[in-house]
Amino acid sequence: MTGRHPGTRLVASLCSSPAGALDASVKVICVVGFVTAVVATPPRAVLAFAVDALLVLAAAAASCLPARVLARRMSVETPFVIFAVLMPFIGTGPRMDVFGIGVSVPGCWAAWSIIVKASLGVAAAIVLAWSTPTAEILAGLERLRCPRALVMIAGFMVRYLDLVAAELRRLQIARISRGDDPRWLWQGRAVATTAGSMFVRCFERGERLHAAMASRGFTGRFPTTAAPQRPRRWFPAIMWPLVAWVVALAVLIP
Amino acid sequence: MHVPDGLVDAPTSLAAGAVAAVGIGVSLRRGGKELSGSRIPLTGLVAAFVFSAQMLNFPVASGTSGHLIGGLLAAVLVGPWLGALALTVVLAVQALLFADGGISALGINVINMALIPAFAGYGLFWLARLVLPRTRAGVLTSTASAALLSVVAGAAAFTIEYALGGNGAVPATTVAWAMVTVHVLIGCGEAAITTLVVGAVLTTRPDLVYGARDLVGRTRPVPELQGLR
Repeated sequence: MTGRHPGTRLVASLCSSPAGALDASVKVICVVGFVTAVVATPPRAVLAFAVDALLVLAAAAASCLPARVLARRMSVETPFVIFAVLMPFIGTGPRMDVFGIGVSVPGCWAAWSIIVKASLGVAAAIVLAWSTPTAEILAGLERLRCPRALVMIAGFMVRYLDLVAAELRRLQIARISRGDDPRWLWQGRAVATTAGSMFVRCFERGERLHAAMASRGFTGRFPTTAAPQRPRRWFPAIMWPLVAWVVALAVLIP
Repeated sequence: MHVPDGLVDAPTSLAAGAVAAVGIGVSLRRGGKELSGSRIPLTGLVAAFVFSAQMLNFPVASGTSGHLIGGLLAAVLVGPWLGALALTVVLAVQALLFADGGISALGINVINMALIPAFAGYGLFWLARLVLPRTRAGVLTSTASAALLSVVAGAAAFTIEYALGGNGAVPATTVAWAMVTVHVLIGCGEAAITTLVVGAVLTTRPDLVYGARDLVGRTRPVPELQGLR
């Protein structure tokens, strides 16, 4: 987790980037298309991944995403990189010598595959999140016929996230300032109690919020003033997944 | 446990996506009816809470740490249908906005962390509640055991998916052992946190715990859900 929340500078809202001007539903389709193409590409096609990496970098450039931010947010994949790095050593199959250490050849390919595909997928999601405000992504999903119940739950979740985060921050500061720093399983009670009291506090605040919304005429549908509907322009964004799919298919169909 | 893109191959991911879509569809049909009035913000709040609680890492052993999955917690608080939907939303937003868990692996993640805890986990909870006495202690014991087992069941499901289409050279049995042992420990943490949260809500607002609706009225009068308090 990045620990950042949609309300707090997740999005380059002031950046007048070419990608920022696109319709959110187009961008969601493009990102999903690109990621599926990357996953479908066989791991041995190293050149194809180079093309995919260039595509992600082009998309990042089109959304004015600073390289520093991209690098920092890529850290969410660390646990799986660690898992992947272990693979050559614990993998089976034919082995080869690298600096005198025997490593499994299929293990190396598996590690490469996981790292490269996970990194490209993570980078694509970061580009989407950076170039599109959360409310627009939700509106875009609704336009893509995503079930309304899911979009509404997501809408409330995103609105309540800041609330929950602020509550959690207050509780954690209170806990840490009293000298608590749990590191072991038997000290987990403090973490659990934090979660428990956080939940009740959030529930009560959320209820007050809902009562306030209901008294101002909320009937279960969010107003769509946040995102003026833009005409759908598919080009050139659609080139992103298309090129990735052409490359993947070129490798898959020799 | 958030599976990234590429760990499991494309056909398995697609198949998992289809299974997940069916599960979500059923939840939408059954849960959609309950989704009115203050149930919607309640479900959204449960989703937001689970989302945030997943950032609270608790120590498992000296090196590794785990975090709450929250599937059973959501199911006990808002019911299995809405609980499954809440967790689906959490996982989708994490994949799309926070790059946590792959977009192509969303189906796998939804099965392991939304559908299995909500249905298998809540099923266990319900069975345990049938056997145990209808008291606060009975609810909490059922919650703890179902939370532990739902995490282990999710880990077991992952090993099956990995055995079917894992892109790794590590034999599935090795993965199975590692996953299940680590997740028994994570499950203990999950059980502890879930039980404490459910206990805390049960103490102050028993009307908000779906899995213990039958206890409401036996402890204290029910405050109206939508009312200003």
